[in-house]
Parts: sequence; structure tokens; C-alpha cells
Amino acid sequence: MSSNAVVVEGLIKRFGEHTALGGVDLTVSEGTVLGLLGPNGAGKTTIVRVLSTLLRPDGGRAEVVGLDVVTQAAQVRSAIGLTGQYAAVDEYLTGRENLEMVGRLYRLGGREARARADALLERFELTEAAHRPAKTYSGGMRRRLDIAASLIARPRVLFLDEPTTGLDPRSRLGMWEFIADLVGEGTTILLTTQYLEEADRLADRMVVIDRGRVIARGTADELKGQVGGERLELTVATVGDLAVATQVLGPLAANDDPRADEQTRRLSLPVTGGTQTLAEALRRLDDARVDVLDIGLRRPDLDDVFLALTGHAAEDAAGPGQPADEQVGASSGGTR
Amino acid sequence: MSALAVAVSDSLTITRRNLIKVKRVPDLIVFATLSPIMFVLLFRYVFGSAIPVQGISYAEFLLPGIFAQTVVFGSTITGASIAEDLQKGLIDRFRSLPMARSAVLVGRTVADLGLNVLTIVVMALTGLAVGWRIHSSVGEAAAGFLLLLLFAFAISWVMALVGLTVRTPEVVNNASFIVIFPLTFIANTFVPTNNFPSVLKTIADWNPVSAVVQAARDLFGNTAPSLQASDAWAMQHPVPYVLLWVVVLLAVFVPLSVRKYLGTASR
Repeated sequence: MSSNAVVVEGLIKRFGEHTALGGVDLTVSEGTVLGLLGPNGAGKTTIVRVLSTLLRPDGGRAEVVGLDVVTQAAQVRSAIGLTGQYAAVDEYLTGRENLEMVGRLYRLGGREARARADALLERFELTEAAHRPAKTYSGGMRRRLDIAASLIARPRVLFLDEPTTGLDPRSRLGMWEFIADLVGEGTTILLTTQYLEEADRLADRMVVIDRGRVIARGTADELKGQVGGERLELTVATVGDLAVATQVLGPLAANDDPRADEQTRRLSLPVTGGTQTLAEALRRLDDARVDVLDIGLRRPDLDDVFLALTGHAAEDAAGPGQPADEQVGASSGGTR
Repeated sequence: MSALAVAVSDSLTITRRNLIKVKRVPDLIVFATLSPIMFVLLFRYVFGSAIPVQGISYAEFLLPGIFAQTVVFGSTITGASIAEDLQKGLIDRFRSLPMARSAVLVGRTVADLGLNVLTIVVMALTGLAVGWRIHSSVGEAAAGFLLLLLFAFAISWVMALVGLTVRTPEVVNNASFIVIFPLTFIANTFVPTNNFPSVLKTIADWNPVSAVVQAARDLFGNTAPSLQASDAWAMQHPVPYVLLWVVVLLAVFVPLSVRKYLGTASR
């Protein structure tokens, strides 16, 4: 037996004319985190839904802990936890009632369900709110309750579909800590996200998909290598300054020419050497008396990955501040 | 645990979850009880003042009819609630759990049956206050209430399929209104059908809602010799006719709804 907790081979899923997954291969080693990256509509959620037995694939095969998701779906369900994109908690039940209900449905006994619920409420900092209906919870609290529910039966594999979409930055940081703790305990996690930063922080390996196909895979560093590393970016006061800056910083450019934009008076160049290069650049600009409004090193993000890999940006990726409630009300074309 | 024990246990868990909502959302109880009270009073005094029924008071004629109409309308809650669970992603969660495949729908329809019991109690008390009486034995009266609830339960399963198909609670409500209003009005619910135009009378005679009402009138003793029931078979044998409908509706819509549920993803 291999030590892969998740194996996906040649997975195909169509919705009518639309091909959501066009032959996806991926594996997740036991006890590791795989980050599944891609813009909205890329097929991330479809993969999670096939793996969590909600959707039947049209081709290929998928196994979770050695069990086929189609022919052994019932056993798969006992081994997994799913946290969907939208916090699936019953808002009329209290936090504790939600967890106990899910615990019972996972076939835990009454006493064990209660004990697990208490432990998870404590861990996800929901003990004080445990007796309140989930309706009164903030977005971050609902999301924590949702994850707690998916953990109640100690699943061997956890699927997290965009666990931080719609959360404010503080809640997001908290969520990252919770996820990192889970990994420390040996849970295998498949995590989808639109944020490279998130995958960078949590995932051992990443798979980037676009339009239902894998376009890149590897560790964070390998992906960033493909993107081309960090860039120095600056904005200057006048167009004249831009020309001077381009001239004095040109020698610092690592493997590509500087890109200057006269409209925004911005200059961007690939660099190596981090802050030392930044300091050197500032010295040169100062010597040349260039009026710099803004300067900084930028690490590549998902947009850069997409630009580098596909030539198009992750254009329809939702902004981080989008409230979850708004998405709940929205009806999509059913392609996810 | 055997498969059946699992199914029963899971269905009870879901039933309890649904009943907790009834407890937490007082509006639900208020409207579930206020509207039947309002209907009893409106029809009793507004229609009752103008509709003569041979041999018995209009209140006695009316109550079995309004029981039937209200429990049928009450069953639409099943569809709306399932659509709401779908929208909120709860159906996805349930489907990813190792629970009995039918439990979400059984738990839903059983909880809505509970709500209908409450509604009937409130209506019966209101009815008693405005002159409705039961003239039959306790056993017959119980059978009358049971038949009403059984029919409502079967309609719940039809609405479950509607909810899973339509997926928007508001649309479920509007759509069911369009069907249930004529279903409960082209019937013997509020007026005797003797003077209906002939086509309408035939429809009314074979309308299962008419049979439910006729059966309830018979079982509660709310009839009079002068009040001639139609000689259509369904009106002469309302109890077996209703039971036949219940069996057919359940046999068709339980498997259809469960099948639909298993193939449904939230979005």
C-alpha cells in the first residue's frame, strides 16, 4: 500500500456541455497538506465534491484512504471531514447542538459526541458562545464552528474548501493557526484557496489548476521559481524621474529588463538579493536625486503565478473582503 | 447497528434538529397557529352567514374542510425548508456524513407532521369555541384526525421533491400556492358541490382533498341525512380512496425524493 491518503487519476467531470474537470491527477501523502490553487471556476470545488462523495465523476478514479469514492462511498464518508465554501451550520441550533448533531450522525455515542463537542468548542474558542444559536455568530465564528463540526469524528482526511474566503484578516490569521495545529496532529488536509500566501503558509505541496486542468505542481518555492522570484517596484514623482530611475537601476535587474509605465510613473524590475538590493537601489536613486514616492519588494502572488503559467490573470478571483453572506445569496451557473 | 436502526436513529436526530428550529423561531409557531384561527373565524362568520347547508350548522360542515385545507398548506413547509437547507449548504454537509440516505427527508417530513399536529389542535379548539362538535366515538374521531395527518404526510413528500427541484424557498411557496389553492377549493371543502357545473363537480368528486374532507365529516359525525353526498365512488368510499392516494403518493414520491436528494449538490 502506498502512503497516499488521496489519489486522483484522470478525473473527469462534465456539467452538460461544460467540462469542469478535464483529467486531473493528484496525490496527497498521508499527514501532509496539499494546497489546491486556482481562480473561481477553475474546478477546485468540483474536485473536493468528488472526493467527498457529493458528485460522481464522469471519468477517471479517485480514492481516499484507499477507498474508491464511487463504489465505497459509505466507508469514505466515515473517514473524511468536509468544510465547504459556505459555513454549513444550522443557524437555529446552538454551537453545541450543531456539533452534537453532527457527532451523532457520524455514529459517535451520545456521551462521546458531547465530550468531543466540548473539547472542540474549547479549542476553537467557542465555549462562551456554545449555548447561543449560531445565527448570532460572526462570520469567523461560524467558520470555526463549521470546521469543528467536520473534525468531530477525528477524520483521517479533511477537505477545506476556501476556509478563509470572506474572513477579515484577523480571523484569517486565527484560522491559519488552527489549521497548522491540525497538521501537527497528523491529519491529512486538502485545502483549496485563491490565495498563494495562504497555500504558502499551510501547504507542503501545491497543485495549481485552471479551467479544469493541472497547470503546475510543486512546493511553494518551486512554483515561485517558475514565476520568476521577487520584484522591486517603485513609483516616482515625474516622468523625467522615471527615465533616470530606469537608467540607474537597470544594472540591478536580475533576468529581465525593467518595465516602466509612464502613465502611473511606476517602474518594476526582477531582482535577487532581497533587502540588500533594496538598500542599494535607494542609494542609487538618492545619488541621482530621483524623487521616490513609494518603493518596495514584492513577492509573487497567485496573479503572478497565473500570468507566468497561463498568460492570463486570475481575473475573476473574488476579492478577499467579499462577505460570505453575499455569496450565500448569489446563484451561480452551477458549474462549480 | 442494523441499517434500519441507523435510519431510525438518524431520522430522529434530524427530526429533533428541525423541531428545535420551531422552538427557536416563535414567528413560525405564531403564524402556524394564528392563520388557522383566522381561517376558522373568517369562514365561520363571513361565508357561514351566506352559505346554507341542509341539516347541520355551517360550523360543523366547515371544520373538517378547513382542517384538510390547512394541513395540506402546512405540508408546503417541507419544500421551503429543504430548499433553505440546500441554499445554506447543509444538504452538502449531511450528504458527506456517514448517515442513512433517507434520514434528512424522513426527519423533515416527520417534523412537519409534528407541526401539523399542533395546527390541528389549535384549529380544533377554535372550532369547538365557534360551535363545531364531534358526534362520533373517540375511536372514529381519532381515525378522522389520523387520516388528515396521513394525507398531509404524503403531500409533504411531494413537496420535498418540489423543494429539491426548485431550490428557492420563496419559489416553493409561490408555486405550491398556485397548485394547492385550486386543489383545496375545487372540492367540497367550503360549500356543498351539488350546484357546481358538471365538469367542476366531477373534478371535485374525485379530488383527493374532497375525499379527505368527506372522510373527516363521516368520522367526526358532521353529516346529516339531508346532506346528500355525491354518488361518485370516491365520495361513497372516501376512506379507502384517501388511503389509496396516500399509498400511491408515498410509493412514488418517497423514492423519487430520496433519489433526487442523493444527486443534489447545494450550488
